[in-house]
Amino acid sequence: MSAAGNSALRLKPSQLNTPVAVELVGVNKWYGDFHVLRDINLKVMGGERIVICGPSGSGKSTMIRCINRLEEHQQGKIFVDDVELTNDLKKIDEVRREVGMVFQHFNLFPHLTVLENCALAPIWVRKTPKQDAEDIAMHYLTRVKIPEQAGKYPGQLSGGQQQRVAIARALCMNPKIMLFDEPTSALDPEMVKEVLDTMVGLAEDGMTMLVVSHEMGFARQVANRIVFMDDGQIIEANVPEEFFNHPQHERTKLFLSQILR
Amino acid sequence: MTMSEGDLAVTEIKFVRGATIAARPPPAAMTGALGWLRANLLSSPFNIALTILIALLLAWLIPELVKFLLIDAVWTGADRDACREVVQHREIGACWPFVWERWSYFVYGSYPIPQRWRVDVFFAMLAIGVVWLLWLEAPRRDLGSVYFFIVLPITSFILLTGWSAIGLPPVDTALWGGILVTIVVASVGIVCSLPIGILLALGRRSRMPAVRLFSVVFIEFVRGVPLVTVLFMASVMLPLFVPEEYSPDKLVRALVGIALFASAYMAEVVRAGLQAIPKGQFEGAMAVGLGYWQMIRLIILPQALKITIPNIVNTYIGLFKDTTLVFIVGIFDFLRTVEVARIDPKWAAPVTSTTGYAVAAIFYWIFCYAMSRYARAMEARLAQGDKR
Repeated sequence: MSAAGNSALRLKPSQLNTPVAVELVGVNKWYGDFHVLRDINLKVMGGERIVICGPSGSGKSTMIRCINRLEEHQQGKIFVDDVELTNDLKKIDEVRREVGMVFQHFNLFPHLTVLENCALAPIWVRKTPKQDAEDIAMHYLTRVKIPEQAGKYPGQLSGGQQQRVAIARALCMNPKIMLFDEPTSALDPEMVKEVLDTMVGLAEDGMTMLVVSHEMGFARQVANRIVFMDDGQIIEANVPEEFFNHPQHERTKLFLSQILR
Repeated sequence: MTMSEGDLAVTEIKFVRGATIAARPPPAAMTGALGWLRANLLSSPFNIALTILIALLLAWLIPELVKFLLIDAVWTGADRDACREVVQHREIGACWPFVWERWSYFVYGSYPIPQRWRVDVFFAMLAIGVVWLLWLEAPRRDLGSVYFFIVLPITSFILLTGWSAIGLPPVDTALWGGILVTIVVASVGIVCSLPIGILLALGRRSRMPAVRLFSVVFIEFVRGVPLVTVLFMASVMLPLFVPEEYSPDKLVRALVGIALFASAYMAEVVRAGLQAIPKGQFEGAMAVGLGYWQMIRLIILPQALKITIPNIVNTYIGLFKDTTLVFIVGIFDFLRTVEVARIDPKWAAPVTSTTGYAVAAIFYWIFCYAMSRYARAMEARLAQGDKR
């Protein structure tokens, strides 16, 4: 799928002795009567890359949105970089400063230029001086290969470019963890690769990543572990080779037979 | 070969493009004055009928107006005799000498004549403030907003009400009138209603039940009552509950009434704008770590206010004209001074009332149209961010 294909093994040490980055312990969540997350237990080590897949409505997005508290969980504990997420607004702000997120529909700010989109959070949240924040923004825009678009508005860019701006915007806060919520699902087929390449680049730099995606090629290449979810629960989790070649659970086999043809 | 490509595409199964087709200018019928005419005035039978109808209406209306306001108008004279057909033996249009003579009353009301320069200074300061704030390329606009929102209200208050310590004799607000009152009431209403309206709109969407309840009750109560009632309550009922010596000035009570009334309407206008902002914008802002007020100020309001500009200005225009209702609690706004002047026996003539009302109409139209035009220009400017 990508230029970095040969580095697959280097990317995926089987054991990580790094500190725990994200830990979910017995997490449950309901939307009204609907039990959307059921006893979720997941430990993500620093530098680990997890790809989460599963049918729609299985709770994948809800789960990673709980990690930066865009969604509230009702039972269980979530620790992000040793900070427990509770109703304490200070803790929530602390976590959001360390966790970057990329959305399916980009969620760029349409009234601000690309540069302003990226420099906004460093200026207002990190209190970085404006000039320094813009330097940081240009650094990451260069990294996602669109520095020449800095003065444009998001609406003037293609979907792939917008998603790369969104990645740069998240990186400008220098996060320890990156969450990706179906980052390529809203893109034209021709633009998927440029976004995935950017994500592979991030993975090579050792970023801790949780990615909700159905890009199985990307998962195979980059993920340390693949987590399969259905009906709000984790059905199966394994290293990619085992997950794809020897799925254990019937539901996983059915899912893989549907998407891999 | 390139000539036949178009045919190939339709008839043959196999097709490979040779040269790409270069962009050509549009046909002449789409451009120029003729194109505009065709597209905007004559595009369909219904449109043609409308165009003809409106042209006829204008052809009938404009000569009548010009005749009354200019051709048949009386330009000089000392009293009613100059404007009466039975005396002048000709058709009489607008009676302008009446307006010339009462103009200072229209502007200042009963403000003491030796002190009227203070009102002039206020008008000049307000004009500077408005231009500084609304002219987007003006230098030091940050200073401009400090001037408009802090310096101007304080100095205007001292200037207009008076302060004996610095040699400005106090002027009772009962003497204020005319354009002065209309401008003061409208400015206070316009300046106060937007921030209060924004807070109420945010309150109505708040997750805190107490805040939400207060906002809903306030908005629904104020909106459910006519402005006249709000003004009556402010000026008649308030003194019943508050002891005489603490009871605020009559004009202040009307100002508060108008400001709160306009705020309730503004709150609903702003709420409509907030509701139109996709959830993803809130989530994007939260995910990069912005706090609630930062998110509202930097991300949500700029977008929400942009889409509500037409409605905000609509509310402002309504408010500007609603200020005439303060006459009901005995305040002499511009329209009221026209009302009083037109029944003055010195100028009693058949055309006096019409002339007075024409002046009032022109005055209100100029202000409202100016607001409307400025809003259009703002919209066009802000729309640049949306262009693709």
